Amino acid sequence: MTVKVALVGNPNVGKSVIFNNLTGSHQHIGNWPGKTVEKKEGIFEYNDKEVYVIDLPGIYSLTAYSVEELIARDYIIEEKPDVIVVIIDASNIERNLYLVLQVLELGAKTLLVLNKMDLAEASNLHIDAMELGKLLGIPVIQTVAPKKIGMDELRRKILEIAKAKKQLTKIRYSSDFEEAIDRITKLLEDYKLHEEYSRRWLAIKLLEGDKVIIEKIRKTAKGKEFLKRVEKIKELLEQKYGNLEMALIDERYRVIKCIVEKVVKGEKTLTASDYLDQALLDKYLGIPIFISILWAMFQFTFIVSTPFSDILGDFFTILSERMAGITGFTRIDYLLFGEYGVLNGIGMVISFVPLIMTLYFAMSLLEDFGYLARAAFLMDKVMRKLGLTGRSIIPMILGFGCNIAGVYSTRIIPTEEDRIIAIVTNPLMLCSARLVVFTAIATAFWSSAVGSILLSLYIIGIVLAILIALMLKRFIFRGITSPFIMELPPYQMPSLKVAVTQMWIKGSLFFKKAGTIVFLGLLIVGFLATTDASTLSFTNDIEYSLVAVIGHKLQPIFTPLNWDWRLVVAIIFGFIAKEIVIGTTAMLYGVSEEEFSIFLASHYDPVTMYAYMLFVLIYVPCIATLAAVKHETQSWKWVIFTIVYETLLAYTISLIILFLGRIVFPGV
Amino acid sequence: MPLAFLPEGTKGIVKSIVGGFGMRRRLYELGFTEGTEVWVIKSGRPGPILVSVRGSRLAIGRGVAMKIFVEVVA
Repeated sequence: MTVKVALVGNPNVGKSVIFNNLTGSHQHIGNWPGKTVEKKEGIFEYNDKEVYVIDLPGIYSLTAYSVEELIARDYIIEEKPDVIVVIIDASNIERNLYLVLQVLELGAKTLLVLNKMDLAEASNLHIDAMELGKLLGIPVIQTVAPKKIGMDELRRKILEIAKAKKQLTKIRYSSDFEEAIDRITKLLEDYKLHEEYSRRWLAIKLLEGDKVIIEKIRKTAKGKEFLKRVEKIKELLEQKYGNLEMALIDERYRVIKCIVEKVVKGEKTLTASDYLDQALLDKYLGIPIFISILWAMFQFTFIVSTPFSDILGDFFTILSERMAGITGFTRIDYLLFGEYGVLNGIGMVISFVPLIMTLYFAMSLLEDFGYLARAAFLMDKVMRKLGLTGRSIIPMILGFGCNIAGVYSTRIIPTEEDRIIAIVTNPLMLCSARLVVFTAIATAFWSSAVGSILLSLYIIGIVLAILIALMLKRFIFRGITSPFIMELPPYQMPSLKVAVTQMWIKGSLFFKKAGTIVFLGLLIVGFLATTDASTLSFTNDIEYSLVAVIGHKLQPIFTPLNWDWRLVVAIIFGFIAKEIVIGTTAMLYGVSEEEFSIFLASHYDPVTMYAYMLFVLIYVPCIATLAAVKHETQSWKWVIFTIVYETLLAYTISLIILFLGRIVFPGV
Repeated sequence: MPLAFLPEGTKGIVKSIVGGFGMRRRLYELGFTEGTEVWVIKSGRPGPILVSVRGSRLAIGRGVAMKIFVEVVA
């Protein structure tokens, strides 16, 4: 028989690290049915026993007010896992115990994990784990998850508890509340209501006036009569304590205070993390530091990746020369390795793998360090002026890696309106796929100032996102901005291992993408480029090919922007994946990575190409991002909105820039 | 006085929280119950403040901090 275990805990307690330690690669990440909340499950084996582990969403409380809380709570009461493992941050024990008390009310078999013991010691807190276990009436173990300390004990204890009989928690609230709980418990017994749940828990929820539970009971026979009697019991208490939900929160914290006084020695003073915050969150320096950190991150990405990209580019140039004529079938040879062949396109794309890898390496370090929450803190005052919450900055930063990740990360924004705004503007964040396109183009025209050109594109993207957000806020959502309340987890030494893993995962994902969807897209382009438009047979004259016909048909729309049909085709296929834009351009001009720069620079002027880059930056996001937008907004309306506003905006902005560019630089 | 006015480095005791029930409950659950000691670690107008409550570090928007009333601890 499989043992079922659920992991519960506040955000930032190291729950994911423990989940990974337990299950290793035997895990599955998906979504809770119908919800935009990640569901992580996995298995491990211990002493020939199979243990199924579910990682419930990170939550502060078990009320029924947020989706995450409801998911966690429903899972525990409906699925009835054999063991609940509550993970808490030992360096932040007081607030963390709040959730522990709520879990204990559920009456399930529970194991408490005191994680981050090293951090607790470092901040001068000494915790008597034995005593804590005694007071709570449940087993307690101590761990340091990143160092894998205590993991074996955790596995052993889980199985031990699964086999043991029911635990009895010793947590009791003050007599007024306990009396009321007892009376409601008896009533529940008399009425035989919901016998599948713990009576004590139901009684507490009824005292709190939990809407979900009350609704459930109302639907049962005699439910209304029962609820009336519960109201009677509550009346007296309410006279004395006011709102009972608030009173119970107070009561839990009162009990916690008593526990903490008995088990914790030493007082948490200012920590190293606090001193770092003094500097990084400085009123004047905070934002300049934030911008410098982002700037340094991108500089690092370019400096480290360029030599590797050059080597890969050279490799593909040589490869395409060597492969010419290798299969012996003219048509296939030409399609794959010819002047306008797929290899030229794909080589162009793959030579940027190092760029993607270093970018993710740097971003992982920043995220792991705990800086993203600080960015939200710093930007809150700026964002608030624009009617947004500081939290919106986190999806924006993650969007620099990939808009899909950016769109999904908007889940941290509490109100629906702010979240939709963050979702539909995220594609304006210059993602790594477009970075590949722009790096290639910028190198061709402004070899000495690639950094500044790219920076300008990043900034234009951000400014446009803010403008669109402002307009949405003003004309569509007139709601108030969600209040900003956010925990700032202590900084931690970024893990090199995590960063390297991230780098490999993202690198191989990019490689996979290049090998599948990008390759397919380029193959279609290549096929169309080698098929004669009138005879539909093979041609090596691209001017008469199908792709040229398509390009020529659509080209007039873009005449004001100065593009020839090849650039038009590149844009169209770029909808599949943005890397295709650069791959297609290389293919249609019949140049390999090495000649690309020279060729492009001799065919176009810098102003036209700058406007072209802007168009690529702004116009429709790739299919995968649109799918993410659909998934997260649950509506086609916002998908269509995104496509329409971006296309119109792209065209207008490019036209304006082209016009202004002609005035400022009349010579070019 | 409102928590938002408490200077950096000072401590206060939560007296009351005004505003909607939803926000009050949320702040309560995060540990801002009446009688709790809070410690302002970072504060600068405009913008959010950083406080230590029951050992955890919470960033709170200025609007929210105006609704938490505290008594200054000498």
